[in-house]
Amino acid sequence: MKQYLLGMYQPEGRTPPPEVLDRVMRDLGVINQDMKDAGGWVFSGGLHPASAATVLRLDNGQVVTTDGPFAEAKEYLGGFWIVNAEDLDAALGWGRRITEATGLPIEVRPFRDPSRG
Amino acid sequence: MTPVVPAVAAAEIGRVFREEYGRAVAVLVRYFGDIDVAEEAVQDAFAVAVQRWPEAGLPPSPAGWIITTARRRAIDRLRREASRQDRHAQAALLHAREEPTGEEAVPDERLRLIFTCCHPALAPPAQVALTLRLLGGLSTPEIARAFLVSEPTMAQRLVRAKGKIRDAGIPYRVPHEAELPARLRAVLAAVYLIFNEGYTASSGERLVRADLCAEAIRLGRLLARLMPDEPEVMGLLALMLLLEARREARTTTGGSLVLLADQDRRRWDRALIAEGQAVVRRCLRRNQPGPYQIQAAINAVHSDAATVAGTDWHQILQLYDQLIALAPGPVVALNRAVVVAEIQGPDAALTLVDGLDLGGYYLLHAVRADLLRRLGRTAEAAAEYKAAMAGTQNAAERDFLRRSREALPPA
Repeated sequence: MKQYLLGMYQPEGRTPPPEVLDRVMRDLGVINQDMKDAGGWVFSGGLHPASAATVLRLDNGQVVTTDGPFAEAKEYLGGFWIVNAEDLDAALGWGRRITEATGLPIEVRPFRDPSRG
Repeated sequence: MTPVVPAVAAAEIGRVFREEYGRAVAVLVRYFGDIDVAEEAVQDAFAVAVQRWPEAGLPPSPAGWIITTARRRAIDRLRREASRQDRHAQAALLHAREEPTGEEAVPDERLRLIFTCCHPALAPPAQVALTLRLLGGLSTPEIARAFLVSEPTMAQRLVRAKGKIRDAGIPYRVPHEAELPARLRAVLAAVYLIFNEGYTASSGERLVRADLCAEAIRLGRLLARLMPDEPEVMGLLALMLLLEARREARTTTGGSLVLLADQDRRRWDRALIAEGQAVVRRCLRRNQPGPYQIQAAINAVHSDAATVAGTDWHQILQLYDQLIALAPGPVVALNRAVVVAEIQGPDAALTLVDGLDLGGYYLLHAVRADLLRRLGRTAEAAAEYKAAMAGTQNAAERDFLRRSREALPPA
């Protein structure tokens, strides 16, 4: 069993109308439940917009705090899932369903396996 | 009387290597769950074979001998490494214990390996390199030369692809029925990419790199044997066979390009044509047409004609209409326009070509150049030949375009 991060990327400052958002949230609820039923769900959550982000940097031994996201971009991480899956195809299977439900691109990345270094 | 053991020539061992390398790697990837361990083990076994076979003779089953030897020696090596706390070796040994493979029959695991190599999570250049490396047994320098990239670049591409298979957990199996059509398309595209790189090298001095064509056809035959019920698999094989049949005739001894219309048809390989046409007939009977089958059928019609004038253009046009319905796109439309020129004349074809959105695609310019030449619009034709030349890196094609431009009558 491997662990994967499914990151969902969304454009900054664009919120779909309520009726669309309702449907998306309902669909995602079904997917989350299916993940739990399959024993794959580890954690998931949606994030506030990148404007709510704060970045810490080490500068000459001092931690400097700045407002805003780490890098300027057109799309930001909007939410993510951590899933257990047999292999990449199984993880891509969940990612595909999230893409279909949200219309947003999903990045699938494997976690390092601590036992294999 | 002692029987005379025939000496096994190096060429014979080379042949066994080419034929059995992929099969042995595939079995051992399954067994050890690790591509690097499998490759190293198979290379190790062939190194032993090179020493032993010339004296002892070829074993009854060379593939079985290689696989058994590779497995045994790899386990010995992994045990030594595992005892030194090598986690990688420990994991491979653990995997080997979990999945015992029968000693009696050697299963053919190559289909799994092809699907792993051509997984859509890998970029097409990586798919092609991995397929040639693991299934074709080509060395990294050979693949680098074939694709005109430096050896370190190709080595890095292979390391990165193998790393992704391991780290991302790309599975080693034939996809389920639901995913199969899309996944098979990727496999066929990779094999056709290998063939095309050999047939019309995208750059460089040599128009044809015959070894890549031969390797692609070998893979095509393997797929056809392993997936005989997939009509597009048969379609791709037929297409490659029919194109390969014309390979000798499509270049001059000097290496420049000869168009289909100008080829010496006596130089076409009749045996390959017969084989390709037989495969086309067999897959078309299933009546599940696909782009590769139709392209094969188009080439089968060309192969039927003893002269250009004898070509059944109407049938070819029908096939292009079918192809456009299945796989629409401006490149197919461009090829269809070339056929229209043969039936309705260059004027009608030019109207079609001018409606295509193909940007600076060099073949668009080459086709326009030829149509304008036939219409006597010499100055425009010359400009189009020039534009086409600027768009290709292939020396033979550039040479052909330059000569065509020089052959234009004075404006």
